[in-house]
Amino acid sequence: MNIWDLLSLGFMQRALIAAVFTGLAAPAVGTYLVQRRLSLMGDGIGHVAVTGVALGLLTGTSPTWTAVVVAALGAIAIEVIRGRGHTNGDVALALMFYGGLAGGVLLTGLGGQSTSLLQSYLFGSITTISPTDVWVTVGLTVVVIVVCVGLAPQLYAVAQDPEFAKVAGLRVGAYNLAVAVLAAVSVTVAMRTVGLLLVSALMVVPVATAQQLTRSFRTTLLAAMLLGIGASVGGLLLAAYASFSANVAPGPSIVLLALAGFAAAWPLGVWLRSRRRLRAPFAPVLPEGHDVSDDHDHLEGHVHGEDCGHLAVAHGDHVDYVHDGHRHAPHGEHYDEH
Amino acid sequence: MHTPVSPLELTGGSVAIGGRPILRGIDLTVETGDFVALMGANGSGKTTLVRALTGLLPLSAGELRLFGTPIREYAAWSRIGFVPQRSTASSGVPTSVWEVVASGRLTHRKLLRPLSKRDRAAIDHALDVVRMSDRRHDGVTELSGGQQQRVLIARALAGEPDLLVLDEPTAGVDLPSQQALADALGRLKADGATVVLVAHELGPLAPLVDRAVLMRDGRIAYDGPPLADHEVLDQHTHHHPTSTPHDHTPHFDIPLDRR
Repeated sequence: MNIWDLLSLGFMQRALIAAVFTGLAAPAVGTYLVQRRLSLMGDGIGHVAVTGVALGLLTGTSPTWTAVVVAALGAIAIEVIRGRGHTNGDVALALMFYGGLAGGVLLTGLGGQSTSLLQSYLFGSITTISPTDVWVTVGLTVVVIVVCVGLAPQLYAVAQDPEFAKVAGLRVGAYNLAVAVLAAVSVTVAMRTVGLLLVSALMVVPVATAQQLTRSFRTTLLAAMLLGIGASVGGLLLAAYASFSANVAPGPSIVLLALAGFAAAWPLGVWLRSRRRLRAPFAPVLPEGHDVSDDHDHLEGHVHGEDCGHLAVAHGDHVDYVHDGHRHAPHGEHYDEH
Repeated sequence: MHTPVSPLELTGGSVAIGGRPILRGIDLTVETGDFVALMGANGSGKTTLVRALTGLLPLSAGELRLFGTPIREYAAWSRIGFVPQRSTASSGVPTSVWEVVASGRLTHRKLLRPLSKRDRAAIDHALDVVRMSDRRHDGVTELSGGQQQRVLIARALAGEPDLLVLDEPTAGVDLPSQQALADALGRLKADGATVVLVAHELGPLAPLVDRAVLMRDGRIAYDGPPLADHEVLDQHTHHHPTSTPHDHTPHFDIPLDRR
């Protein structure tokens, strides 16, 4: 059986559809979480959702729906504690992390379910996705994407500067709650592909990768969504391909692929930023005296100019050439120290 | 014809934070076209007053009217432009100068509608007033403190407000940027805008101010023609020759306590 035979299987097609939609939705919400410096919030919600899944398994109802409800309640609790506390909520997140995970494992044990069933929710399992799951996933992610992109101006303003947004008449608390609930929904729909313990990576890593190369919020949001699709579909295919020879869960392969993207983008981002820093114009302040450079002899008649090999930086109405710790500005036959 | 109403009218205003009275019995009316500087030492309550005037802090007593409407019923937020302290404007995702300024246009936009031509023109004009048009595509974090401050002012101007409220616009801003700020505010004043700003020192803004309100320990100590910077200091130290920094709301809580 080759990869094409694998792709013709029903469960694989369902998994691919789920991967495309979760890959789009998770980074969309994730961008707003990163903007608020709450990168770990998705992780906290994921842990709470474990309790939701266990509750579903225990009561024999759909784990997806119980997880959505419990995760949303957990997200609202985090938001309420964050909004009322003096700190930015990391203690609130920690309380949720441990309560959620402990509750989930306890409930699973009470129900006599084996932990291997819970594990398919913790790390993703493409073979467990039913046709109903696919429709639920598509429906919920479309809601998430429409809200995240459609209300982008409002959500952006509220996260960028809550005080300004409040004086602009926006209902800051309501928008914060909306983002929390959206995050809970994306965590839950992504649990079948990425798994609850790794879902936060799909919300945060594409955003971290995108912002290595972007300078505006809008391009960061769109680039993160594209990177999210690439990671989730690519990781899923990798897991499927590797499954010929080993037992590979899709969650780890999706997350590692996303991290590989970050590892590739980071040095490029560092290089671009350093280049931009070096080329930024000098403050338009001219030296007081006329200081003629006398160390130009070692350059052996070198003439500064375009493509002379030295960094040219704008300085007021002229250009300074930077070399060996000097800033040299052409002045008639000689160079001035600036 | 409707009778002209005062943009800001606070009578007997008091603010308590954490149960402790901070502002007591503040009477402050700002008329259309006024350029008011709220001055005073650190901890005198000027920022608290601005936060109360913009509805960010609730009044524990007294009444606040914005353009004649009690603050509880007030909805015309597009008439107010607020410039918070610069420290509030950083986030975890890159954002461009244009995007920050465009968010000031939200007071005029309906949900799920793209920017209209008129919105874009207002944003361009606001960038132009603070002379940041050529930096519109740059990331905000690449700018100096003074340039960031100008962007925040442009964001407030994009909403074309009738009343502009600025909290410490000159704090930590280099002199050339202070001058650029003063130029921008001067253009607004010439257009008849009403401006209320908090300032520790006026610097290049001094010629624009036509009324100074001096805060001391949560009450108004002086309200009248502008004072020179040294007079502000004299006023403050008059009763407290050995003024020491103090905290109006001592922090006796742990992080999870409600504010």
